Amino acid sequence: MTLRSLFYAFLTCLILSFAAPSFGQSGAGGDPKSLFDQLAKADFNEAEKLIGQIAATGDPRVVPALQAFVDGDLYFRKSDNLVFIAKAAGSNLELIDPLTGASAGEAPKNSVTKVRVNNNLRRVIRSAMGGLTLLSPDRAVRLQAADAVLRSPSPENLELVEAALAKETDGEVKARMEEARAVSLLSSDRSVGEKRAAIETIGNLGGRDAIGILRSVSGSIDESLKPDLDHAISSIESELQLWDMVQNVWYGLSLGSVLLLAAIGLAITFGVMGIINMAHGEMVMLGAYSTFVVQEAIRSNAPGLFDWSLAIALPVAFLVTGAVGFVIERGVIRFLYGRPLETLLATWGVSLILQQTIRSIFGPTNQEVGNPSWMSGSFALGGLTITWNRMWIVVFSLSIFVALLVVMKKSAYGLNMRAVTQNRRMASSMGIKTPWVDALTFALGSGIAGIAGVALSQIDNVSPNLGQSYIIDSFMVVVFGGVGNLWGTLVGALSLGVLNKFLEPSVGAVLGKILVLVLIILFIQKRPRGLFALKGRAVEA
Amino acid sequence: MTFKAKLGGALIAAILSTTAFHGAFAQEDTIKIGVLHSLSGTMAISETTLKDVMLMLVEEQNKKGGVLGKKLEAVVVDPASDWPLFAEKARQLISQDKVAAVFGCWTSSSRKSVLPVFEELNSILFYPVQYEGEESSRNIFYTGAAPNQQAIPAVDYLMNTEGVERWVLAGTDYVYPQTTNKILKAYLESKGVKSEDIMINYTPFGHSDWQTIVSDIKKFGSAGKKTAVVSTINGDANVPFYKELANQGIKAEDIPVVAFSVGEEELAGLDTGPLVGHLAAWNYFQSVDAPVNAEFIEQWHAFTKNDKRVTNDPMEAAYIGFNAWVKAVEAAGTTDTDAVLDSIIGVSVPNLSGGTSTVMPNHHITKPVLIGEIQADGQFEIVQQTPAVVGDEWSDYLPDSKDLISDWRKPMSCGNFNVATGKCGGKGS
Repeated sequence: MTLRSLFYAFLTCLILSFAAPSFGQSGAGGDPKSLFDQLAKADFNEAEKLIGQIAATGDPRVVPALQAFVDGDLYFRKSDNLVFIAKAAGSNLELIDPLTGASAGEAPKNSVTKVRVNNNLRRVIRSAMGGLTLLSPDRAVRLQAADAVLRSPSPENLELVEAALAKETDGEVKARMEEARAVSLLSSDRSVGEKRAAIETIGNLGGRDAIGILRSVSGSIDESLKPDLDHAISSIESELQLWDMVQNVWYGLSLGSVLLLAAIGLAITFGVMGIINMAHGEMVMLGAYSTFVVQEAIRSNAPGLFDWSLAIALPVAFLVTGAVGFVIERGVIRFLYGRPLETLLATWGVSLILQQTIRSIFGPTNQEVGNPSWMSGSFALGGLTITWNRMWIVVFSLSIFVALLVVMKKSAYGLNMRAVTQNRRMASSMGIKTPWVDALTFALGSGIAGIAGVALSQIDNVSPNLGQSYIIDSFMVVVFGGVGNLWGTLVGALSLGVLNKFLEPSVGAVLGKILVLVLIILFIQKRPRGLFALKGRAVEA
Repeated sequence: MTFKAKLGGALIAAILSTTAFHGAFAQEDTIKIGVLHSLSGTMAISETTLKDVMLMLVEEQNKKGGVLGKKLEAVVVDPASDWPLFAEKARQLISQDKVAAVFGCWTSSSRKSVLPVFEELNSILFYPVQYEGEESSRNIFYTGAAPNQQAIPAVDYLMNTEGVERWVLAGTDYVYPQTTNKILKAYLESKGVKSEDIMINYTPFGHSDWQTIVSDIKKFGSAGKKTAVVSTINGDANVPFYKELANQGIKAEDIPVVAFSVGEEELAGLDTGPLVGHLAAWNYFQSVDAPVNAEFIEQWHAFTKNDKRVTNDPMEAAYIGFNAWVKAVEAAGTTDTDAVLDSIIGVSVPNLSGGTSTVMPNHHITKPVLIGEIQADGQFEIVQQTPAVVGDEWSDYLPDSKDLISDWRKPMSCGNFNVATGKCGGKGS
């Protein structure tokens, strides 16, 4: 073992010491500094070659400059074509020497030009950086380097990986490097035996990426290895099939929770109060715009609070939309109780007015609502990729549901509300101010639609049309679940979500949506009161 | 949804038609032009900007002394994203307001809706948006890109530069994506791509739950061949699509997405940090480094009094169309439709990417194709620019239109001449 590691170390040294002078002799190409300077005038193909040469110098000092290249921070000065890393410094750019990191003074923006980079170059650079940083003293950097090699397999990296592997002591990094080695080995000219072991390593790695790697070499690999390859691929695939099922359920729950969010406010205004509220979607939209306004205020006043912006937006959205709902109820709807058709037309008119108002104030284009860092990206759970924003929305919508249930069942206000909806005259005789309860209930439904808007702003466009895309779905959920029953809304939303997501992979998104609607129509024919029908005198009244 | 949208559109239209900018102040010494873009409804998000551009261009032209010694006057109407209403408003512009030409429409559905009106009343429409081709009308000028000026060069770029071998054609379920994907599929197959390496996927308008499709794309991309997505996803659906891509960790270096409907304006509602490297193909980007572009951007910021407003490709197409019309009118010495139709063919005007665009006999124009990569600041970095390409109305890759050509010069004067049979009148007649 020690002998082997010594040998590899020796080998690496040999390669590195060969590489550097061999380019040194070929004229100006030698030291990394002049290689970087040549990037100024290079097209994409030449740049790719230059990066290869820069990587071949093996000089770790080039890493920051390569990183800057990927990030698009590499510039060249127009006057002398020298390449620098540039950082914003007020209205000027601060120029930094690509190798030494020493400042080379400031320059106005128009005196420098960006060194252009495209996807292909980014891939090449990442691979090169992976090779160069495998021996870094920093564990995280080594892990990243092994990842980079793993993602962009190339036989050139093989020796570097093996040298690093020999020195590696950290278990996790070592495992990652083993995988990286296996990936690089497959496309090299090593022996069949070594390749067979590599296929097994990659097979154990699992996941879609592993299949991709294995398939990519299937054309060029030795015939005798084909059965191993096919076996590895099929065993990964059978495992993934199971995860696909789980994934569909998760996607369904996630879609269901979005439906629940959109519908839960309507479950109160339409479900409990019986108002056909076409302006419901606009309440969601107002909630999303409240989030936008809050975020804008935070951006300009207290950027450090950005991760809290959603928490701050929640009460704001609730109050804004609740207030708007209150005004609508007092101003329009209360004159129309018992006249569903007029209510429908009036609330629809309100929805158009609200849309155009927002359009006039904020303009017709989408507004940017940022995702706080804890809502970006994803994490892996077994073979499942779960994105954080979907995950939090599921949690959020369920907690709103629970909170609403508690308010309805446990609070004095909830008791009043149920009393009024079940028997208005008797409630009135008992001294409950029914008009006041009506107004508050409508405001509550609107307010909840508003906080749904806060959550939906994270996954959808914030534009004046936001509400329109949710109104039909919301009615669908409430009618399907059973009017007047919160549990029905929950079960309805989740089951429609899951149904949709199981149909989508096989029949496509367009047909899937149509099928769901047809199924609901058939279901309503059979059970006109939905999944959980209310029973008793309140229904007959 | 549609029912509601329609009724909503009708309602708004009813309100607006009473208040619309009728040419009440019209004087004898002005030339009127119509601006037919939705200012309300779902398409307002895209079309309002074009209305503003037209008003700016008219203002600039009037500063230069107008056309034929008369001031221009823009008549703005709002067809409210409602396709039949487009036809009504077009009729109103031509018959009541007597406009000399109309600049407008965004969706193909709206263009198809007004086409018979323009042909019947013999007026001129300038259509500034990229579209699926397969049309050439005597009365319409298509200043946006035809598929060969956008889609095919983009696919070529991916094939040659990125070495893509597997293709996902994802689009919204309507005429532009379907026709474009049909052309692209035929094109890819002619380049030797097998049909199992092409996945076509359609989604409804305003689709917002992309989890399944993005994971399907991931799955499709794990076949060991370099994979790319060609997106004809329309408008609003793009934001949740890109968000899902970013969250599921699909980077442009792994599976690049090239889009034909995503420009600076669409990216304005999005954090583009995780999207760096995804591509778009257009004939213009705001980042074009040309003096004429810098001047245009400056004018635009001054006109909108907002130096954050971006410029985009349909704005350039509107700019080219307007200037071509001005030049043709000045050459003809009149705004009479037939005279302008004759004089406009062959007219060359500067475009915003530093070259010139020429109006061709098929009523399409020449322009370069630019491929850009999305940057963290919401702008595009141009990674490839072709020389000017002539818009091809009848695709060479569709079996029933490859023999058709269009030439509106006399004596042919035909929009669908079949070179195989030697007769005018094929598809689309």
